[in-house]
Amino acid sequence: MNTPVAVRPVIEARDVHKSFGQTPALRGASVAVSAGEILAIMGPSGSGKSTLLHCLAGIFGPDQGEVWFESRRLDTLDEAARTKLRRTAFGFVFQFGQLVPELTAADNVAMPLLLNRVRRRTAYQTAGTWLGKLGLGDKGGRRTGELSGGEAQRVAIARALALGPRVVFADEPTGSLDTLTGEKVMDLLVSLAREQGSTVVIVTHDARVAAYADRVVMVRDGLVSFDLGPEASAASAASAAPAALAAQAQAPAQAQAPRHAAKAAN
Amino acid sequence: MSVPLTLLGLLERQPSHGYDLKRDYDEFFGRGKQLPFGQVYATLGRLARDGRVEPGEAEPGDGPDRKRYAITDLGRAEVDSWLADPVEPEPHLQTVLFAKVMLALMLGKPAAAYLDRQRAAHLVRMRDLTELKRTGPLVDVMLADHALFHLEADLRWIDLTSARLTELAEAVHTR
Repeated sequence: MNTPVAVRPVIEARDVHKSFGQTPALRGASVAVSAGEILAIMGPSGSGKSTLLHCLAGIFGPDQGEVWFESRRLDTLDEAARTKLRRTAFGFVFQFGQLVPELTAADNVAMPLLLNRVRRRTAYQTAGTWLGKLGLGDKGGRRTGELSGGEAQRVAIARALALGPRVVFADEPTGSLDTLTGEKVMDLLVSLAREQGSTVVIVTHDARVAAYADRVVMVRDGLVSFDLGPEASAASAASAAPAALAAQAQAPAQAQAPRHAAKAAN
Repeated sequence: MSVPLTLLGLLERQPSHGYDLKRDYDEFFGRGKQLPFGQVYATLGRLARDGRVEPGEAEPGDGPDRKRYAITDLGRAEVDSWLADPVEPEPHLQTVLFAKVMLALMLGKPAAAYLDRQRAAHLVRMRDLTELKRTGPLVDVMLADHALFHLEADLRWIDLTSARLTELAEAVHTR
């Protein structure tokens, strides 16, 4: 992996419980995300993975347990304070629906900046810069409703990153895209977030998407049941590239148990 | 990977010496597992015996690399039909996983933990291959993609099997 991961968590859920009516979605989920880390949360449908993301981002308040953001409790803040935090410190990329289709790409990217009282001129300059980084330098004037799915998702990434958020939350960011487009979107999201030091939390059911992360956790039955850290890769570093390719056919079958998996087995 | 057919395919581009064939094979198909010279010459010998290649006149000098080999019409036809035939979808890895799960269930060992370890191994491999894709040349990207799709298929099977373990254990024990 490219980025050394700091030890102190930037965001953390501690023993979080959350139910919807009679249905428990989280039953004591804990996860800590270090600054600059790219974390993937995987799990089957209904496992609680999206609920965990929403609790970490302060969109839902947990019924029980704590959520911490940079040494302060997030779950005990009132709604106004949480909204402010979401607007200033967090960026969001969802499967679809977060852009305003009638507005141009530049409007959409500039909007969160304008909401944060950035001057109009600066906001649009920043928007232009970010659209350029995402290969959309010539699409700033287009309505996002007219863009392709992959382009719209890149606008969403520009919008999420333009503010320089501490944490980017992405829920199935490639869910509506074909494989190649999805990979380009993931590559851009991960590279640009690393470049500016944003932490990223991605919810996905797709192992190919999770493979872009430094670390993978699995949510099952409302609990974080499985934690695969970056050190698990050290043994088969990508520097041994051709060997990694040649070994792929036999390796998984005879792979030794990584430390985290052994822990999960207990 | 079929070495004789791959060498035959390389010869269809142009007549070549064994050394050139080995170099091209290693560059495009070897991926960390180089072809020994001995195997190149043994393979060329068999292909010549079977009429798929034709050795040219021996050139002056020592060593086995004095001949340039050219593909024959028979060899060309064989490459064509090989390329046209889809490869048997090989379930070899899946059968190993399957055998382990079934045995674990039969022996009352923790199949779920085994599947978790297998999932971890797969995810680590997928992460390494993805990192490789982000930095490597396009040929490596394509090979990595092939590997990734296979690993992904295994993973989906692992997930499904994990979800069915109780059912499976009952099925195994009521036999």
